[in-house]
Amino acid sequence: MKKLFVPLAVIVAAMFVAAPIAIARADYESTMLLVQKIFYFHFATWMALTVAIGVCGVASVIYLFKGSKAADWYAAASAELCVIFGVFGLFSGSLWGRKAWGVWWQWDARVTMATMLVLVFLGYLMVRKYGGPGSEKLSAAMGIFGAATAPFVYKSVDWWRTIHPQTTVMKTLGEKWPGAWMLVWFCSLAFILLTVLLLVARVHLEAMRSRLDDMYLAAEE
Amino acid sequence: MISSLIVAVLQQIPEGFERVTGGQQVEQIPAAPLVVASYAFFLLLMVFYLWTIWRRIGKVETDMRALEQRQGQKR
Repeated sequence: MKKLFVPLAVIVAAMFVAAPIAIARADYESTMLLVQKIFYFHFATWMALTVAIGVCGVASVIYLFKGSKAADWYAAASAELCVIFGVFGLFSGSLWGRKAWGVWWQWDARVTMATMLVLVFLGYLMVRKYGGPGSEKLSAAMGIFGAATAPFVYKSVDWWRTIHPQTTVMKTLGEKWPGAWMLVWFCSLAFILLTVLLLVARVHLEAMRSRLDDMYLAAEE
Repeated sequence: MISSLIVAVLQQIPEGFERVTGGQQVEQIPAAPLVVASYAFFLLLMVFYLWTIWRRIGKVETDMRALEQRQGQKR
């Protein structure tokens, strides 16, 4: 992975340079006009968040039942990414909502559940930092429950009809407006690759911390 | 002077609600600052996050070096 890191970073950087240019050149949506352009990064960030949640959930299960140190590093790293991407997703949604819905915040089912999801992963990080010895296992359980919540967040717009667009938006976008559909998946791919890069960097940090802990233990003995 | 100005301003404010007459007086929320803020926030968030990772890795490396030096001095 170390060999792939630099070429991947170059590809991701190029994609993040190209994405805003393509977004600026994309056509306006008929009712929302310019503000709809927030959608391209807003959707992509939730895709990245979904990947991070998946990694956190699987790694937490592996750590909890097999005790793998590496799995714990991946879980901790991805939980942090969940918070980062979640914060951006909520922030960009709020800005979009200000124009599209006329309010900065709406206690809509999707928005509220997404906030709860981000708070679960924030809780994961707090438990890990301040929970003392054994907090890794407790946080792993939180990671599993956080991941289990994700499908409910996704389906919330279909189950409770409120103000947030339904999941069918993406299906109809592909049929009605293929250019926008391609662009949103291009942005999503850029975000997912960025997630991989950040995950590798964060796992490296966790591995170094673990090595430092081992060094301290060896020094005490 | 100031009190007469306040009175003049207050007199211009209509009492109660009035309907819009003529023209297209619709409320406009400018979209451009919202779009720019969204993308700028993402850029700043990423720069900040990468900086925190770099800083934390640097701190662990410093601690490792300090520990190795202490170990070397003991020997």
